[in-house]
Amino acid sequence: MAVTAERIALPIPGETGVWSWITTVDHKRIGLLYGMTAFFFFFVGGLEAYLVRLQLAQPNGTVLSASAYNQLFTMHGLTMVFLVVMPIAAAFTNYFLPILIGARDVAFPRLNAFSYWLFLFSGIMIYTSFFVGGAPDGAWVGYSPLATQLTEVVRMDYWAIGLNLLGVASIAASANFIATIFTMRAPGMTMLRMPVFVWMALVVAFLLIFSLPPVAIGLFQLFLDRNFGALFYQAAAGADPLLWQHLFWLFGHPEVYVLVLPAMGIVSEILPVFSRKPLFGYEFVVFSGAAIGFIGFGVWSHHMFTSGMGPVAEAGFGVATMIIALPTGVKIFNWIGTTWGGRLRFSTPMLFSVGFIAMFVIGGLSGVTHAVVPADTQQHDTYYVVAHFHYVLFGGAIFGYVAGVYYWFPKWTGRMLHEGWGKVHFWLMLIGFNLTFAPMHILGLNGMPRRTYRYADGLGWDAWNLVATIGATVIGVSFLVFLWNILWARKHGAVSGNDPWDGRTLEWTITSPPPAHNFDEVPVVHSLDDFWHRKYAEDEEGRLVEMAVVSGGTLVDTDGPDQGGHHEEHQQIHMPSPSYYPALAALGLVVTGYGLVYLSWGWVAVAVGGMIALWGLFGWSLEPITREAHS
Amino acid sequence: MTTATHPTPKLYWTIALILAVVTAVEVAAAYVDALDPVIVPLLLALGAVKFAMVIAFFMHLKFDRPLFRSLFLVGVFGSLPLFIVVLLTFNAL
Amino acid sequence: MSTHPVAGTLPPVVHVEGEHDIVHIRKTAMWVFLGSECLFFGSMIATFLLYRNATAGGPGADVFSVPFTSASSFILLMSSLTMVLAHNAFERHDSRQGRVWLAGTALLGSTFLAGQIFEFTEFVHEGLTISGSPFGSSFFMLTGFHGAHVAIGVMMLAAMFLLSLSGRLHHDRGLNVELVGLYWHFVDIVWIVIFTVVYLLQV
Repeated sequence: MAVTAERIALPIPGETGVWSWITTVDHKRIGLLYGMTAFFFFFVGGLEAYLVRLQLAQPNGTVLSASAYNQLFTMHGLTMVFLVVMPIAAAFTNYFLPILIGARDVAFPRLNAFSYWLFLFSGIMIYTSFFVGGAPDGAWVGYSPLATQLTEVVRMDYWAIGLNLLGVASIAASANFIATIFTMRAPGMTMLRMPVFVWMALVVAFLLIFSLPPVAIGLFQLFLDRNFGALFYQAAAGADPLLWQHLFWLFGHPEVYVLVLPAMGIVSEILPVFSRKPLFGYEFVVFSGAAIGFIGFGVWSHHMFTSGMGPVAEAGFGVATMIIALPTGVKIFNWIGTTWGGRLRFSTPMLFSVGFIAMFVIGGLSGVTHAVVPADTQQHDTYYVVAHFHYVLFGGAIFGYVAGVYYWFPKWTGRMLHEGWGKVHFWLMLIGFNLTFAPMHILGLNGMPRRTYRYADGLGWDAWNLVATIGATVIGVSFLVFLWNILWARKHGAVSGNDPWDGRTLEWTITSPPPAHNFDEVPVVHSLDDFWHRKYAEDEEGRLVEMAVVSGGTLVDTDGPDQGGHHEEHQQIHMPSPSYYPALAALGLVVTGYGLVYLSWGWVAVAVGGMIALWGLFGWSLEPITREAHS
Repeated sequence: MTTATHPTPKLYWTIALILAVVTAVEVAAAYVDALDPVIVPLLLALGAVKFAMVIAFFMHLKFDRPLFRSLFLVGVFGSLPLFIVVLLTFNAL
Repeated sequence: MSTHPVAGTLPPVVHVEGEHDIVHIRKTAMWVFLGSECLFFGSMIATFLLYRNATAGGPGADVFSVPFTSASSFILLMSSLTMVLAHNAFERHDSRQGRVWLAGTALLGSTFLAGQIFEFTEFVHEGLTISGSPFGSSFFMLTGFHGAHVAIGVMMLAAMFLLSLSGRLHHDRGLNVELVGLYWHFVDIVWIVIFTVVYLLQV
């Protein structure tokens, strides 16, 4: 009866230093890389938004020129969607998916590393555009033919190529996660015993592999229009610019579920732990997540209600959009049912989870108003829409991901974040967020348009815009508190042990941080929330009875000192060896990308990048997964 | 992961022959004016037959795990309605 | 399914150091990728269908030569046969025969590509270009991407041929005959759709 003993993991010799991070194929390190990169981009994207808010704080603002404004709001959207929220979801999925299903790593560790490096290099690539003449400025949705104009200015080429590269990274990661979930679950871990977070990761992976190709085609078509004289979106030649909108939103709508479902998964993990009750209606939560993903493919043209599709299409998509509120509602009621009658602990993860539910409901309600086509015709392209999606993406997704950070920080680092500062962060963020975005509902309904760099005075918009900017300042302060907490806690936070929250799932059975091989012994799973049932049984009155000797939240090895035996097993576990080929292949692709942006002399870079990528790919396919001799 | 039944080279040659014959029929039918009213469904059906045979036998899907079948069929049959709807909104179908 | 253990006992933690079936894992990933590619080519086919009459007064499907394209389609179709025969040979551990069929597949694929290049040059001479009309743009993008996929396939076939010669072609490696076969067949069935929808139905 072997169980993991409590210890603070020490770095393994030879696995420190920058090169060890560049060549890592360990899903946990890759998860941390994604998380830190996303966190950095969050501050960049936040700064972009703040500059926008400064410009709009007063009528006839002079902080930004029109051109600068267009670049900043475009990059804010692009950054937050592709360089922050998606990578944060990838960070959590990378770190916890294998552990939650009892595996030692993902199906393709090097492909995993490749996805990260391609993400990082592509993000850097897109940002270099600021320094060489200007960033993309056609909005994150890049509507054509506007985006096809000004071909001598390469901004939208950065956008088209950069997004395609990011898409490749996402598709690779999605195939990786799908293969992992279907083939590498621990014995006894049936699909319906997987944590909800894993299910949401699975749905998201499917959404990405099926939704990214249409926008990839659209981006290539845009690129061909801009650089090869193609006529995909040129109305004068008989083309239809509406094609762009369809291809983009076929991706864009499932994308918003990609952004929010993992956060819903995280909340579904946190609520039961802090209510000391199982998730209410596990199967319903799982299947409604799958339903949201599926129906999410059928509503894309609700972004196009004002494009003149005709009443049949508009009615159809309007109805489909209303229908998608149903599975979402099911989840909300199940979350409420989870907390109902529970012994609630309002630690910071729980605060952010409850905040998620409240803010997401508000955003969902404004979304339902969008489903009513005549109403949407008034709301479209106004600040009402901006309010809606920030409520679901910031009030929803971001609150959920922040909850995940507070919840899982102990597992990554072995230390707890400061609870008091966590609460300060929560309240500042909640207040600041609502101050910023609630007034935008009113501004929108009073006619303030989106994506316009300034507004005249006397329109009645001044006061609420000022309030929104003040709110944005409060948000900024709250994130500085968060940053401080993280930096402080790494050195000074309370030692957490394996299981600081009295958790229910497998990640709390291993050390904080976990060893490279995750589990000393692959667990055999007997039920949903297997760890919980190993800790507690219920007596006749349904009260919890502790089952094993628990010390400080950790299962103690009752068989006595057994370190020698554990060490032996460690040496027999073959983990994949580090490799620099994934980073190399990613670098090659990005060099190719630069070449494509700067055609026609860029063909040289295309050739060079192609060769580097081929070198990386061949090295990768020919090297053994695990090298026998350790250097 | 060996499969229970394994097609033989003989079966593969037979399939290839059928594919060649179907292709010949398609090309011939495209030239027969009398078939014009039904040419679209006819060619789509014949194309679908070839598609299915390559997938089932050459790609081994008939004998492999149901999971693979699901993955691929969702891709095919999921994308069909999407693109049909897109084309319908353009009145292009 | 969900059992609550009897209070006071822990279920035994069994040492299960299982080897995951790596071939099965790779095939799963390949099928996921192929499902994704259906949407990729589907988007281009839909674009083509949208623009099938948008010839801007220039040439359209009238420049197609169905006999020529039928021949090259037949060649690609037969390459699927040689591909599956190659896989079959390697399964029987007959590497020599496998290499013969691999080479045959690569040869047929290259012939198809040569046919495409010839066709495209003809079309350009007759005024059908990527920048001439939306029809031209969508035609060349669709067939161009397909051709690129074939070319990548030919490179992988060549790589496997060379690896097999040096005895390094293993069943459980990334570059193995079955996985490349799946990719190759998929590229073939995409062409079946393109041939039907673009050539046969427009002419």
